[in-house]
Amino acid sequence: MSVNLLLFKITLLFYTAATVLYLVDVVRRKEKIGKTGKAARWVLVGGFALHCATLLARYLEAGYTPVANLHESLSFFAWTLVGIFLLFDIRYRMTVLGAFSCPLAVILMLIGSTTSNTVKELNPALDSWWFPVHVTLAFLGNAVFTVAFVAGVMYLLQERMLKSKKFSALYYRLPSLDVLDSINYKCLSFGFPLMTMGIISGAVWANSAWGGYWRWDPKETWALITWFLYAALLHGRLTVGWRGRRAAIFAILGFLCLLFTFFGVNLLLSDLHSFKAMEGP
Amino acid sequence: MMNIIVVGLSHKTAPVEIRERVAFAPTDMARPLGEMRALPAVAEAIIVSTCNRVELYAGSHDPEACVGQLKGFLAAYHGIPPEQLEGHLYEYQGEEAIRHVFRVASSLDSMVIGEPQILGQIKTAYGYATEHKTVGSVLNRFLHKAFSVAKRVRTETDIASNAVSVSFAAVELARKIFGSLDGKKVMLIGAGEMCELAARHFLNNGAVSVLVANRTLERAVKLAEEFQGQAVPFEEFPQRLHQVDIVLTSTGAPNFILGPEKMEEVIRQRKNRPMFLIDIAVPRDIDPKVNKIDNIYLYDVDDLQGVVQANLKERQKEAKKAEVIIDQEIGQFHRWLENRDVVPTIVALRKKFEEIRQGELRKTFSNLKELGPKERQAIEALTAAIVNKMLHPPTSVLKRNQETASGSDYVDAVRTLFDLEIAAEEDDGELS
Repeated sequence: MSVNLLLFKITLLFYTAATVLYLVDVVRRKEKIGKTGKAARWVLVGGFALHCATLLARYLEAGYTPVANLHESLSFFAWTLVGIFLLFDIRYRMTVLGAFSCPLAVILMLIGSTTSNTVKELNPALDSWWFPVHVTLAFLGNAVFTVAFVAGVMYLLQERMLKSKKFSALYYRLPSLDVLDSINYKCLSFGFPLMTMGIISGAVWANSAWGGYWRWDPKETWALITWFLYAALLHGRLTVGWRGRRAAIFAILGFLCLLFTFFGVNLLLSDLHSFKAMEGP
Repeated sequence: MMNIIVVGLSHKTAPVEIRERVAFAPTDMARPLGEMRALPAVAEAIIVSTCNRVELYAGSHDPEACVGQLKGFLAAYHGIPPEQLEGHLYEYQGEEAIRHVFRVASSLDSMVIGEPQILGQIKTAYGYATEHKTVGSVLNRFLHKAFSVAKRVRTETDIASNAVSVSFAAVELARKIFGSLDGKKVMLIGAGEMCELAARHFLNNGAVSVLVANRTLERAVKLAEEFQGQAVPFEEFPQRLHQVDIVLTSTGAPNFILGPEKMEEVIRQRKNRPMFLIDIAVPRDIDPKVNKIDNIYLYDVDDLQGVVQANLKERQKEAKKAEVIIDQEIGQFHRWLENRDVVPTIVALRKKFEEIRQGELRKTFSNLKELGPKERQAIEALTAAIVNKMLHPPTSVLKRNQETASGSDYVDAVRTLFDLEIAAEEDDGELS
């Protein structure tokens, strides 16, 4: 087994351990961050460091930014997600956010571990430095919107409990509606520019590779749909005062679009963006 | 052996008519403490007196006599016929007494489980007793142990978290909606004790300004002054609603004074910034349909009561964890108490001397290899005789004073002088 695959497996192990710790911490009712929560954070930081090493090893082995097939993309997605979560964690210090986000990273990694992980030649037409720029921006955007999705789910749960006046143990662990809504806004104001730049850099790259900025292939179309959805939410927030429940629902819808753009298009529809197109002749 | 005795009554065994008659005034604790300490079977004395309980804690060598004397003292001191009191009193000795005091200090025996005052009240009672020198080494240590148990219970369980009063429950809910209450604005519509109490809690927790609307403007002005807020004529309050985050209503109106149409308009004006409406009035002031509007959270009195009930249930669950902690601590303290008895002290003292003797003999014999068995035997006998002779007077003094009040002082002295502390107590670093 090559170094990067071994590292990948250890990383997955760390993420799983962190997830378990986060969940255990959340199930217990204490409001302040307990020992388990702290342990979870450190395990996750360790996992993230390993993940960095995994990607580096893969990069050295493959000779290109390792986002050229589904296995690599999923790993990269999980990496940005954990990184963005850790950034948010510095500001918000919420184990419960970890308990919701980490399982997603684990799922991404698990799917990644089942897909083919062989290193293939990169299509020389695509080998430009726009490649890493495009994918990094796009995935960072995805990761930030994933956090928005998580905050949205948490918001809806908390709002439901406050409205129905029936409180489960989670009520005590979830932060206030205000905090969750502000996470939504923060994600939007970071995620949207990232996504926009991701799309623009993709267009520029496409132009240099295929000699055209935009071809309406399914991935491009769906990315645009997703972009419009988030644009609508941002607009609504800034002008009409959309917030709370509606913003949470939009964040969730946006994430579903995002997932479809990522998985659905790759697996079902795409031509240019499909991973087959990434391979050399 | 010194025993711990508790005699008393509480809200669980006695109605307020009885409790108020046996309460001790905090202004004059010297006399009752002095009289209690002077009872023949009482070696150490503490009196705890709160509005929910009156309890006498005693250290005694004669538990049976002590219980009777304490009951007699309580009745006589307050001039109540003893038979009238008898049915309300409980009495505990030994391990049961230890458990009782640990539970009381940890607020497991309180009317509202987990309420924080009781620990302070016991500390005060202990303060009076030390001030008037009616506590000795046993109650001293016992009370400190009780304080550290209470502290452990408070930090290791959630017994005191989550509000158990309606007004605090409202504040906690507001925190789950707004996060911090800093800068939030409150409107008070109508007057009422609970409403005002809740408004005060909101102000204490960061809310900044209060608008007061009342059908009688004078009352509004007076209340507004009290809260350093602003009075609003009753007819005008709907126009001001969009300026506030939290609304408390308790008018005597027979019908709803706020309905969904008005509130939809208000929330639009607020650009969907959330609002928390608390309707304490019966009949209700706000149409319950308002709760269906996005970003508005409406709670009436029953809803808040429901929250309080749920929190109380949660505290009872936590109380079970607390009992486990107390069980552990009782064992530890009981071992300490037993160990400071006369017999184990004498045993420990003899053991200590014997160890010294054996050690010295070994040294001497290994230096003087030329000694024959006869000489060795003679030296053995000599040293044993010295130790026995030396230990005879302290042993008999300890035994003679076993049943007297000063007995425990001798035990303490011997243990300190000969460094006989026993391993059962290593955890007293952080006594307050």
